[in-house]
Parts: sequence; structure tokens; C-alpha cells
Amino acid sequence: MMAEYPLFFAVLIPVCILFGFVTAGSMLIWAERRLLGLWQLRYGPNRVGPFGLLQVVADTLKMFFKEDWIPPFADKSVFVIAPAIIMTTVLLSFMIVPVSPDFVVFDSSVGLLVFLSLSSLGAYSVVLGGWASNNKYSLLGGLRAAAQMLGYEVFMGISLMGVVAMTGSFRLQDIVEAQRGMWNIGPQFIGFIIFYIAALAETHRSPFDLPEAESELVAGFHSEYSGLKFGMFFVGEYLGVTLMSSMMTLLFFGGWLGPVLPPVVWFFIKTTILISSFVLMRATLPRPRYDQLIVYGWRVLLPLALLNLLVTGGIVLMFQ
Amino acid sequence: MLIYFYINAAIAILATLLTVTAKNAVHALLYFVVSLLALAISMYLLGAPFVAALEVIIYAGAIMVLFVFVVMLLNVKPASSQKYAPQGHIKNWLGPFSLLILLILELVFVFRDTEFLKRQVVTVSAKEVASALFTTYTLAVELTSFLLLAGLIGAYHIGKKRN
Repeated sequence: MMAEYPLFFAVLIPVCILFGFVTAGSMLIWAERRLLGLWQLRYGPNRVGPFGLLQVVADTLKMFFKEDWIPPFADKSVFVIAPAIIMTTVLLSFMIVPVSPDFVVFDSSVGLLVFLSLSSLGAYSVVLGGWASNNKYSLLGGLRAAAQMLGYEVFMGISLMGVVAMTGSFRLQDIVEAQRGMWNIGPQFIGFIIFYIAALAETHRSPFDLPEAESELVAGFHSEYSGLKFGMFFVGEYLGVTLMSSMMTLLFFGGWLGPVLPPVVWFFIKTTILISSFVLMRATLPRPRYDQLIVYGWRVLLPLALLNLLVTGGIVLMFQ
Repeated sequence: MLIYFYINAAIAILATLLTVTAKNAVHALLYFVVSLLALAISMYLLGAPFVAALEVIIYAGAIMVLFVFVVMLLNVKPASSQKYAPQGHIKNWLGPFSLLILLILELVFVFRDTEFLKRQVVTVSAKEVASALFTTYTLAVELTSFLLLAGLIGAYHIGKKRN
């Protein structure tokens, strides 16, 4: 059917992917607070609509009607561009995510590298947002973000190379198909743990939310942002969580593979569970000190990721 | 395909020019990032998606973030970059300008060869790049790593606490 109407599908697939993931990302505004409530023995937002579901609509409307203020002391052009960068890079990343065998926008032979390159460009958003605000708390937040994202990005890439070595391809569909026998979570367990920690740091989610550490830096890099520009940082973070969860589903949990149910449903179930685990991390773990975070990254996780790659490479060569 | 390349090349040249002329250090770095991205797209159009992705990951995504980090850390104000700017002496421009003329002449010479433009685009896979690096160019790779090691030790020595 897809070969018969190429133009129709060329429009339909991007629209579906974009609409689906943006909806999923913004639903997280509600889902995260409800889940946090569940795990901390309280209710969470339950007033607006059934189960508080319309909270998303209420929050969005509030952000639309707030005053969109640019501080007079800020670097205007960079201040405006910064929140757009995170939305652009995250939304562009979804183009390489195959939800089911054919349902993908851009079938690239270097899909995984496209994801890594867009995620490394996403770092600019937070760093420039902090710098352009021209406020000392924002600058500190931006500095923290630069060092944190730069450091954790290095072994985020390396931790995935074990999966690539086992598959022999950067193409995400090939990686999923190679997991028919066993999911990569088994042989690449260390790689998964390292990628998970790096994903937390890359999306600067709690416990690694040091760039915005509200107890020390007001609101860190987005202290000066209001209205829709703040909204873009806010939703961008949730979209980042959705993206990282979908990547983990594809790389370590067999993507769309699964019995009985259609592929898209399996993808959805696995991604939802992983997103919930991100929220669980926030509900349970305290924030480390900044120097602890950096030292942990460079001294523990980087050597571990390299070792994982070395051992995987050795085993792959042995069975060749 | 060729029209994409020309648009892309124009962006690259414009961004690089603005990198040199921008007064604000962070703005200059951002223009440089744009220039690197344009370069990556050129690589992609020439049939090297692997190199294009690495260009974005390593140069635009990591090294330039490090540059921005350092500029932010030193908190360079626009005024301080004025102090070191060349004050319009012809002498200062002569050296770089003559080198630039040489480069442009070389480029014109390369592109006069129309066979070069008509050549079929061949996609180079990651495997071919890797095997070329570790067989034909092993010596060059090793020498580069020596250079990086020297830089690392130098940075460590300068940053060491003195007692």
C-alpha cells in the first residue's frame, strides 16, 4: 500500500510521528506529576477534568497568555534562539525513530549517528539560554550544563557502540531486527546502565538537574524565561525524555518486536514503561553535588564504557 | 543536487566571514558552528554521511560547546575583544590576505576542471573509512594521537597546582 501512494505516506508519516510524540511529550506534564504523587503517597493534580487530565490544557493556556518578557539586559537574538534550538533538535531527532518496520520518516544508514549528533547540538540550547540571560544564576546554570552535557555525551556515544558492534550497522531497523533472538539488554547490560545514566544527564532530569537546581540557582538557566519561551524549555525536556526512552526501546528492548499485539502497540508499551522509570528516578534519588557528578562521569562511567566496548568487540571478533 | 551544494557553500562562506568580523565572542562562535554545520551538509552531499555525522558530533557538538564554555567561564565582554582587534593597519592584513588569494586561486584551478564536477557521487561506508584509517594511514593516525597526547600533558602541566 505504501508503494502505491508514496506522496500520501510521505506526508502522513511525518504528521503522525510529530503529532504523536508531541502529544506524548506534553501529556507528561500531567503524567509526571500524577506518578510522583502516587510514589510519594499524595494525589497530584486531580481537579481539572477527569483524573486531572485537562491539566495539560490548563497549563498550555496559562503559558500562552503569560507576558512574554525579554529582559532589557539580555542578548536579545541569542535569548530568543536558545529555546527554539532544543525544540528543533529534539523534534528533528524523531525523524529517525522507526515506530514499526516501515513507519519511519527518514530511513538513514547512519540513523544512530544522526540521533547522537542532534542530541549533542541540543546542548547549545541550555548553554546559550544561560549565557544570553546575562544573570549570574543563569550563567552558573549554563556553565554547569555545558560541562555536564559535554562530559556525559562522550560515553553516551561509546556505550552504544557495543550494540553497533554486535549488529554491524548504524541503521535502527537493522539493530531492532538483530534482536529477534534475544534483546540487547542481556548481552549489553552494562551498556544499557551507562546509556541510562547518560540519558538522565543529557536531558538534565532529576537527579542530574544541576543546571536548574532550584535550591541553589533560583531556576538556573531558565530563570529569566517566561511565557512560551519557558514553555519550549519545559516541553523540550519532556520531549527529550520521550526521545531517550524510545531510543532505549529500540536499542536495548527489541523496539517493535513482541508477540500477538501489533508492532506500534509494543513500541508504545515499552516506551511508556521506560518514561515512567525516568519519573521514578526523580521521585527517589537525591541530587548529587556538582563535582561529584563530573568526577563520577569521567572516572567511573567513561572507563566502564570503554571496557564494555573492548570486551564486546573481542567477543564479536571471536565468534566471527 | 548542485543547487543545494551552492546554497550550502554560500552559507558556509558567509558564516565564516561573520565569524571573523563578529564583535561578540559568543556570536562569532555561533557563526562558526553554522559554518561547521554547512560543511557537514557538504560532506553529506558528496556521499559521505558517516563523516558528516561525525563532523556534527565532534566539531559542532563537542569542541564548539567547549569553546563556548571557556568564553562563558572567562566572561569575555564585547569591550575586551575590541582591545585586541587589529586597528586597521594594512600591515596586519597583508599576510592573511595573500594566503587567502593563493587559496582562492587554487579553488578556481580545481573547479576549472569540469570533470571534477561531473564525477559520480559514491557513498563511502563507515567500514571503508575505518579500514583505510587502520591500514593505509596507520602512521598518520598514530602521529595524530601523539600530538593529542602532547597537548593533554601540556594542559595537565599548566593546570597543575604549584607548591
